[in-house]
Amino acid sequence: MKKNASYEEFVKGIWRDNPVFAQVLGMCPMLAVTNSAVNAIAMGMATMFVLVGSSFLVSTFRRVIPKQVRISCFIIVIATFVTIADYTLLALVPRVHKELGAFIPLIVANCLILGRQEAFASRYPTKLAVMDALGMACGFLVALFSLGAVREILGDGALFGIRLFGESFEPWVIMILPPGGFLTLGLILLFFNWFTQKKNDFLADVAGSEGRGG
Amino acid sequence: MTTGGRNQRAPGSLRLVATLAVAGLISGVAIIGIYESTLPTITANKARELRAAVFEVLPGVSRMQALVYRDGGLVAVPEPGEDEAVVYGGYDERSAFVGYAMPGAGPGFQDTIALLYGYRPDERLVVGMEILESRETPGLGDKIYKDAEFVAEFGALSVEPEIVAVRKGTGTAPNEVDAITGATISANAVVRIINETHAAWAGRLPPPGGEPAFVEPGPEGGTGR
Repeated sequence: MKKNASYEEFVKGIWRDNPVFAQVLGMCPMLAVTNSAVNAIAMGMATMFVLVGSSFLVSTFRRVIPKQVRISCFIIVIATFVTIADYTLLALVPRVHKELGAFIPLIVANCLILGRQEAFASRYPTKLAVMDALGMACGFLVALFSLGAVREILGDGALFGIRLFGESFEPWVIMILPPGGFLTLGLILLFFNWFTQKKNDFLADVAGSEGRGG
Repeated sequence: MTTGGRNQRAPGSLRLVATLAVAGLISGVAIIGIYESTLPTITANKARELRAAVFEVLPGVSRMQALVYRDGGLVAVPEPGEDEAVVYGGYDERSAFVGYAMPGAGPGFQDTIALLYGYRPDERLVVGMEILESRETPGLGDKIYKDAEFVAEFGALSVEPEIVAVRKGTGTAPNEVDAITGATISANAVVRIINETHAAWAGRLPPPGGEPAFVEPGPEGGTGR
């Protein structure tokens, strides 16, 4: 049971409570930096680092931080991790840092991160908090990547900079531009909700027939 | 569900202040630590990028040094000051002067475009151009550096009387650049930045032949690193 709990906290973020598809959080980086798969992954990794680090600290010190100043403390913790991520990216992968530009510092304002501190990390033991953060971050990464990949394939005819189609392919420039982000996100949300509804209908159906049968 | 320390008595103001002060202190130390430890790499990256760009815009160059305008002439300085206007002198293997790499910046379609162009004063020609920084529209404006044809337009371009951007396919004179269809503003901005930079430096560059000689870097590294 104990083992299942942390596994459950990890898995819920990837699909059922996916921060983007189910909770519709973190839309700003979601739409802004997903014009290529590489950018999406870099953003996802940076967010993961910040989220897991902050959740770990906030959960560890949750009994020490007075509730009146908790939000300020969360922000200090998050901002510190963001600064570390910012300088590390600038030193190690300047090219990616240039592309992501202002959106690395803006991770501070990603409501997904502050949301997890307030709703989860400040209430649960460290192990669960870290698992929850990892799950949410993976879910965010998956969402960013799926959007980034679709937009790069259609808008540039490439994935990770590798050309997928021949010379005759005419890129849909709009997919790389901001409207492409909205279009793709809308379609993916539509699919996600359709799928969830189908699944619920199916479960209700099974439950119903079992009820009649038993 | 546990709620941590939420249900205890209200803590005193001193405790709140102390908590925030400690958090701020730790955060400050962490940030200074990461800044100090990444600074050498970041500076080295920037210097390497600039060096690569200078060699790119000035064909045939294998050495470079930073030049600033002081007391009515160009002088070689190993470490130019923060707000000094700098051009880079490019020299060949035998330290003979080849041309200048001139950094320029100005407003583009979305944000500032920063570029570097190679200029040969003896022929009064722009011989290369590289965009260092830009946020132009992907797929359209970013052709100012992604479109090899457009970049190649700056391979041998006369600055007399000034560079003009013309509609694609109509450029014939040595001072005309074919603009990019769908990204006229970005292409014009590049041309304007080069013209403005050229005009700003025109009176300050020495006559051809009078360029400062290459100063051999000392044993500590130094020039152009």
